[in-house]
Amino acid sequence: MPVQKSGNGGLDAILAAVDPKEGTGWHGLARRDALNRLRTMGLPVPRDEYWRFSGPGPLIWPIEGTSPETTRPPVDCTMPLHASAAVRSVFQETDCLRMVFIDGVFSPDRSDDLVMANVDIVPLSEAMALDIHWSRDLFGKLEADGQSPIARPLAALNTAVARNGFVMDVHGQVPKPVCMVYLRETDQSEAIIHSLVKIRKGASVTLLENGPGAARLNSVLEIDVEQNARFDHVRVQGRDHDRVAATHQFVRLARESSFRSFSMTVNGVHTRNETYIALRGDEAKATVAGVCVGDGEFLHDDTVFVLHDAERCESRQVFKKVLGNGSKGVFQGKILVRPGAQKTDGYQISKGLLLDGTSQFLAKPELEIYADDVACSHGSTCGALDEDSLFYLMARGITRSEAQRMLVLAFLEEAIDEIEDLEIAADLRDRLAEWIARHSS
Amino acid sequence: MLKISDLHVSLEEEQKPILKGVDLELPAGQVHAVMGPNGSGKSTLSYVLAGRDGYDVTAGSVTLDGDDIFELDPDERAVNGLFLAFQYPVEIPGVTNMTFLRTAMNALCKARGEDEVSAADFLRMVRSRARELEIGSDLLKRPLNTGFSGGEKKRNEILQMAVLRPRVCILDETDSGLDIDAMKLVAAGVNRLRNPTRSFLVITHYQRLLDYIEPDVVHVMADGRIVETGGPELALRVEKTGYSRLLKKVA
Repeated sequence: MPVQKSGNGGLDAILAAVDPKEGTGWHGLARRDALNRLRTMGLPVPRDEYWRFSGPGPLIWPIEGTSPETTRPPVDCTMPLHASAAVRSVFQETDCLRMVFIDGVFSPDRSDDLVMANVDIVPLSEAMALDIHWSRDLFGKLEADGQSPIARPLAALNTAVARNGFVMDVHGQVPKPVCMVYLRETDQSEAIIHSLVKIRKGASVTLLENGPGAARLNSVLEIDVEQNARFDHVRVQGRDHDRVAATHQFVRLARESSFRSFSMTVNGVHTRNETYIALRGDEAKATVAGVCVGDGEFLHDDTVFVLHDAERCESRQVFKKVLGNGSKGVFQGKILVRPGAQKTDGYQISKGLLLDGTSQFLAKPELEIYADDVACSHGSTCGALDEDSLFYLMARGITRSEAQRMLVLAFLEEAIDEIEDLEIAADLRDRLAEWIARHSS
Repeated sequence: MLKISDLHVSLEEEQKPILKGVDLELPAGQVHAVMGPNGSGKSTLSYVLAGRDGYDVTAGSVTLDGDDIFELDPDERAVNGLFLAFQYPVEIPGVTNMTFLRTAMNALCKARGEDEVSAADFLRMVRSRARELEIGSDLLKRPLNTGFSGGEKKRNEILQMAVLRPRVCILDETDSGLDIDAMKLVAAGVNRLRNPTRSFLVITHYQRLLDYIEPDVVHVMADGRIVETGGPELALRVEKTGYSRLLKKVA
């Protein structure tokens, strides 16, 4: 049992703001449980084992604490919906069903009609008043499962108080991707988003997510992938420079199901993306990958936990971080293989590319294996751009700055390669190239 | 065209002299071979000409059509028509061969103030040059040099040369690691590019390559200097007697 920690002034303030009526409805019990978990765990502090590399400060400080100096005008509010010749948005040309949230709140006016074959989508704010029996079995449940052995207090906080998000029931092959657009409109907005995705036996869906969400975002996505079902996920965390985000994905995979998630982060001063994947059925497959490119005041933390709890499952973690001008990248990835999870195939790679001597990449790969017939591998590297490669490109007439850009993109390619949809991968590649070109001049 | 005068070069880190006064003049349209034993400074010469870091030019000069090349960065030398076919081409995963060729071609056009070649025309041109070198289209799509065999890497160097059409081509031991068939392909690729305005500096250990790429002039390099210069028969003599006898004579 974790020891109650001091310094929970922020927590008290948050809990004081929780509406006592919150405890009613189908989600009420889950919220009360989450509050109790949170009280027991306390908010994270920098000395916690999984918070040492990236302190929780900006994720939990009262948002009023954002000093006026660091507040910039809101960015990109209309960008993802209205094509701009100057700066195109990612997924802009993807044929998909769009659901728009402004500062975390669902905006029916800006969204498409939430009607598509083989999927039912309801904003959480509406779902709370409805009786969706399956959501009772999912809401806060995967999050609770994911609290052991490593506590994730910000996710419990999310479950306790979130009123926005979406509830998605997938019961067949969904013809087009569903795209969540998270716009930020006001300077000091705080969004707490909690979403549920249930993919029924043999069904499949692609979920796209784009945008910062708010000045500060706390999001939880609980994903239940049933037998033979498939979930593909590509997330882009927005262009806002000064946004802060703590995100969690909790994933449960049944027999022969498949999960793929890719995240791209090119801005934001502080981002922590946590993923908890439980492979509960035999022959399930999970891939979680991501790229980030940091320039200046930028901290990006990927904390991944993969639990192998069935036979012949495969998991892959592929993370690439490009860091310059004092930015910092963190990767904490763990594979835990339970007794009996024979023939597990677990893979993990994390690589940092440091563009100068002021940037940092901190990696903590962990393997914990209690089965005797498994193949698990992990690797982590950190280095600068390769001088021989730079010289080779320059010897063919390519300028140093362009050669550097090519090598940065080439470095990221190993992770982008994990995206199965080639058009979406090409879209992200273009965005990254544009961003890198803007930041290398 | 390319004029190397009393070139002295040291390794930057060790301040160890490698080239100790190299003189060589390569006129337009000629093929000059540079032969020599291991450690004579041949590869250093090629790297210094291309502009690799890590070397100090302590004396002497190199001019291309009268312009000092040491004033130029490697990319500027390249767009001015200098080309080094690497002894060890670098593997770059994440950049496809075709993207690399196209980027290099565009850099060349941009530097010359010309319009970029259209993607379709460029592809057609690359394919036809690749075919001559027996480079399949799969190799064009693969990441640059990554997982290529030794022969494929060397042929790929010649392909880059055939696409970029430089004025001065330096071949650094392009024959090393090649079987006889691959060497013939490479030599044929070079010979196709020979013309009255293009020059070649062919650096090699062995005379064998020179059976296929016939040089106008042969230089023998030893201990950082050119110790003997002659016609094609010099290469044959080196092959017969070995370097040690020749060097003894020089000493």
